[in-house]
Amino acid sequence: MQIQIRDIHKAFGSFPALKGVNLDIQSGELIALLGPSGSGKTTLLRTIAGLEYQDYGSIAFGGEDIASRPVRERGVGFVFQHYALFKHMTVADNIAFGLSVRKGEARPSKEAITKRVGELLELVQLAGLEKRYPAQLSGGQRQRVALARALAIDPKVLLLDEPFGALDAKVRKDLRRWLRELHDKTGYTTIFVTHDQEEALELADRVVVMNRGQIEQVGTTDDVYEQPATPFVFDFLGSVNILPGEVEGRRLRFDGGAGWDSDSIHPPGLVDVYVRPHDLQLVEAGTPGLDATVTNVQRTGALIRISAQLVQLPDTVELELSHLDPAARSRRPGDAIRVSPIRYGLFPRAPHRRPTTLPDVVPNAPAEYRERGRN
Amino acid sequence: MTTAIDHSLLDPPRLPREPLMETNAAITESVWVRRTLTAVALLFLAFFLLLPLVAVFAEALRNGVGTYVEALKDSDALDAIKLTLIAAAIAVPLNLVFGLSAAWCIAKFEFRGKALLISLIDLPFSVSPVVAGLVYVLIFGAQGWAGPWLAEHDIKVIFAVPGIVLATVFVTFPFIARELIPLMQEQGTDDEQAALSLGATGWQTFWRVTLPNIKWGLLYGVLLCNARAMGEFGAVSVVSGHIRGQTNTMPLHVEILYNEYQFAAAFAVASLLAALALVTLSIKSWLEWRHADELSALRRH
Repeated sequence: MQIQIRDIHKAFGSFPALKGVNLDIQSGELIALLGPSGSGKTTLLRTIAGLEYQDYGSIAFGGEDIASRPVRERGVGFVFQHYALFKHMTVADNIAFGLSVRKGEARPSKEAITKRVGELLELVQLAGLEKRYPAQLSGGQRQRVALARALAIDPKVLLLDEPFGALDAKVRKDLRRWLRELHDKTGYTTIFVTHDQEEALELADRVVVMNRGQIEQVGTTDDVYEQPATPFVFDFLGSVNILPGEVEGRRLRFDGGAGWDSDSIHPPGLVDVYVRPHDLQLVEAGTPGLDATVTNVQRTGALIRISAQLVQLPDTVELELSHLDPAARSRRPGDAIRVSPIRYGLFPRAPHRRPTTLPDVVPNAPAEYRERGRN
Repeated sequence: MTTAIDHSLLDPPRLPREPLMETNAAITESVWVRRTLTAVALLFLAFFLLLPLVAVFAEALRNGVGTYVEALKDSDALDAIKLTLIAAAIAVPLNLVFGLSAAWCIAKFEFRGKALLISLIDLPFSVSPVVAGLVYVLIFGAQGWAGPWLAEHDIKVIFAVPGIVLATVFVTFPFIARELIPLMQEQGTDDEQAALSLGATGWQTFWRVTLPNIKWGLLYGVLLCNARAMGEFGAVSVVSGHIRGQTNTMPLHVEILYNEYQFAAAFAVASLLAALALVTLSIKSWLEWRHADELSALRRH
């Protein structure tokens, strides 16, 4: 089912949660809504579901405007962060709920419902657990039941709110892989919300990066990671070094450092150079680069992280190098090194240097807007 | 190569269910402190709670079972029992509906004046029952605001059954609502939203999701409400007029008998009320045990 979202505005009291969101989703896509707390991603998901109503704007499923329809008429499968399983019902009754509340002609026969429940249990690999109650299931199993329950009504679109938020790291990883397989098998148009960039990049076809009620960038996982459209996206999708520089014609020059020819097209003027720690390399003295003094070396698994103080600038830089890199292995605090970026992004010099990816929830926002039950 | 374990398919770990206190040194006092505290608590309970209860039954049966049964078979006593049951049978279902509606709108919706509504629900707890009774006399009594109109249409409220029911409803109003509000607030609205998103109507959602979630809490509230409805004295006393055989409830009847020095009869009726209290208490304890289990199941999510 194709989804078109046009100019959605939504405010909670005086707090604007969505400020004009436009998004097109193709049939069968797996989309991640990614952003920090308070970026409006959950509100957008709930607005698509019909659990919140937008103040302004339209939503269309397959060309049909459904913006004024209530949630029960939209035919969406919504999986809640804490699953919201009906705890007085067995697993089978939970999954059958969406079918058994249908009325008259629309309700399948008892046998048909039992058969459908059996198929869904098979699909989520929980055959044999139909008699259990939600309290007797592990987190991963509950998530699968919640998914089966949402799929039972053959939804037009599957919406998942922080689907892995409340789970252990290992369970999360396995469930993520399984969800991707399930999506490839069933082909439901799926939108999920996450604040974990790794999750979004690993699972989704396309990632929608949101910040302060607006979409910063929509793109494939490669696009958003390798060509971030804004400083926010650059910073949110991984750590980053920000260095002051200046573009003169085709040349990029670091403040107090040598310049070199830049292959990116950027209007002349002061810029911030965004470089990921693993896109910095150590170079020989004499080649273009920045001089620095190592302040700290830390090894994490296969990575060696080096912190260094730049000589000509007040900034520090972080490098991430492979543990196989001989040049990296022998570094000790106090060593003089020369670093040069392999790949970088240029953005106009910002008045405040560092964009923040800390939760920017407005402290006096109404209670219902604060992130729901984050574990 | 063996396939790796899929952790999302594993059953929840089985935790041993054993009391933590014995092994937890941080919350365990020395033996004599524990025994002294326990003894003090038990003595206090025995003296203030158990002794009066025993006394009621002892006094009631002092002149033998024959007098006891005789006192209960007295027509005034039977009328009092009947009236008490009628008042409770009307007041409890009314408060069930009111309490459920109030708790539902407070727990599931946001609106202006919510805090005021919650305080209003508590009003019967904070107001003296006598004052509550007097308010009804002021409104419905012969000299009251609605008095002339009621007299004109020959409707008796004060010194009649409707007054007793009104006073009982007023006094017992908070029990069910107060029990349900925190429970429903804790449960939130996710379950209801899930049901709606699966295509259930509001009515189906209420019957199949909301009500089963609160059934034990509701039953608990009904029980407390019923106990109070049958035992209420102050407010009912003001509006009843103490007309024997007509507007006398059990607690009022006990008082009348006692004032007439018919101690055995007074204690016989009182023992019925005490028995009601014991039954309520045991069902309540059983419910609390069930209820706590449900609540902790809820928290395990």
